[in-house]
Amino acid sequence: MSDTVDVAARVEPAPAGRPSRGLPRRVGEAFLRRREASVLVVAVALGVYFASASPAFLTQPNLVNIAQATAPAAIIAAGMVLVLVSGEIDLSVAAVFALAPFNMHYLTDYYGVPILLAIVMALAISALIGFINGFITVVFRVPSFVTTLGTAYIVIGIVLTTSHAYPAPIPEAATETIRKVFGASDYAHLIWCLLIVAFFHVLLTRTRWGLHTIAVGGNPLGATEAGIRAGRIKIGNFMMVATLGGFAGILDAFRISTIDPNLGGGFGIMFTAVSAAVIGGTSLAGGSGTVIGAFLGALVLAELQDGMNLIGISANPYFLILGVAIVVSMIANVYLSRLRRAGRT
Amino acid sequence: MSSTSGGPGGEALRVEHVAKRFGGVTALADVNLRLDRGEVLGLIGDNGAGKSTLIKILCGFHQPDAGRIFVGGEEVVLKSVDHARTLGVDTVYQDLALVNELSVYHNMFLNRELVRWPLLSNRRMRRLARQHLEDMGVNIPSVEDEVAKLSGGQRQAIAVARSVYSDARILLLDEPLAAMGAKEGALILDLVRDLKARGDVSVIIIAHNYGQILEVCDRINLLQHGTITFDKPTSQTSVQELTDLVVAEYRAARTAKLRPDPSSNARPAPGR
Repeated sequence: MSDTVDVAARVEPAPAGRPSRGLPRRVGEAFLRRREASVLVVAVALGVYFASASPAFLTQPNLVNIAQATAPAAIIAAGMVLVLVSGEIDLSVAAVFALAPFNMHYLTDYYGVPILLAIVMALAISALIGFINGFITVVFRVPSFVTTLGTAYIVIGIVLTTSHAYPAPIPEAATETIRKVFGASDYAHLIWCLLIVAFFHVLLTRTRWGLHTIAVGGNPLGATEAGIRAGRIKIGNFMMVATLGGFAGILDAFRISTIDPNLGGGFGIMFTAVSAAVIGGTSLAGGSGTVIGAFLGALVLAELQDGMNLIGISANPYFLILGVAIVVSMIANVYLSRLRRAGRT
Repeated sequence: MSSTSGGPGGEALRVEHVAKRFGGVTALADVNLRLDRGEVLGLIGDNGAGKSTLIKILCGFHQPDAGRIFVGGEEVVLKSVDHARTLGVDTVYQDLALVNELSVYHNMFLNRELVRWPLLSNRRMRRLARQHLEDMGVNIPSVEDEVAKLSGGQRQAIAVARSVYSDARILLLDEPLAAMGAKEGALILDLVRDLKARGDVSVIIIAHNYGQILEVCDRINLLQHGTITFDKPTSQTSVQELTDLVVAEYRAARTAKLRPDPSSNARPAPGR
């Protein structure tokens, strides 16, 4: 840094000391400085485009469709961002997504557990899988990519074996209200999703847990030297993403009104969540990422899939566009963070 | 504090007969060292003299094989880095332990965050960090900047300020001037001088290049082959004398290598 900057700081330490600039410009700059800005622009632009291309896009049923497609990925991505920011990844979350509704079904229909308790227990089992992921990664120092690849197949195996690869109905014990609250009604997904995204955004940006998650991913050695227990942070984040995966799975099971062993498509929903996180500006290298960005990333993906469907493009090029979106946003990400560090944005 | 430390200017740290071996290699043979309260001690030595081993013992990372360590006159066994820190012994490493992705004030409070449960008290941390850095004479554009934006000297200054803020009584600075320009180096030296003026912090500066640090140190210790071979107040020594000592050591080692039996010729090798 040059001397002139130091002097300026001494004379006028308040960061708001730039009265010469116009308000719109300052607001604009503050907006651009936010990492979510670019993906928000993309989300809005896609919305505008599809709305003009197809009159069906802005209808209420279609918006519900988009919300329901956004929510599971966004819910999982909220937890995935924390795992990624702490420098790890969880490939097993799609398998947990499929397992949780089955556990709910087994517990209520075979063991007579009340439905709400069964849901809580299914989430607890999800959290346990997250704990195992974290424990193996932290204690045995197995890269999380490998750990969770292993547990992903194990959990998929458990789902297919115990269900004999057949779908199951939603337990009779689930009342109309419970079904609606947990995903059968139009707006359940959206409300849960917004609550979870808001909660995890605050967790990442405004709490010690979030700060330590960033520190552990950004400078593992430094964080440990400062006395942060990196292992605990990582294990906690694995437990959170797994619990969210289980919860999103239960929501989706209630929505489609059946418990499908192929729910989550093996690894599909996990990759969607990672894509959403990456498009939203989360770095796989750890240390930076935003939950709101990931939510917008999930929204962009849902808009693309839905909009292309509406305007009659076959679903096949979806993956092509998804791939391009991931690569482009990653390049933009790297480039923008370099700009930000140079102090230009 | 303890009864053995005699008032102001009393003893902050004493090391007696500390030794450390790694396998067959003797890193520290027999180190005796004393640091008074408010003193700045320069610990110099060539590569492989045992500087980093000594630092890692003092900060609690390694445990010595033999010898005793006294902090404030009381004998201590430094079990871990955390433990040493609770005793007021803190190290500013070369890698600085700062998190690039976090703001200056979050780094200042890393793992000691102020919280109004469940949320961070960001406003209070910002204010206190700004004030503390100002008190220490550290000038940075804004405490809200990411640390990644700052220069090497500023980062080092923040790491030092953080240690002081956490009530470190004994500060170990590991090669604080390494890879730093003249202006940046001056920033750090000024900071050490300010610390000395405050009088409540004792500092050990570990340095390879002693020319620059000489001006802020009260005393210089030279570490050679795992022992302190030289201990003088800065006022009674000079860069020239220290250079001669290190060069003499190098020459002696060279002679020993060139002539299998060093006792046959005690004089330095004539050639260069």
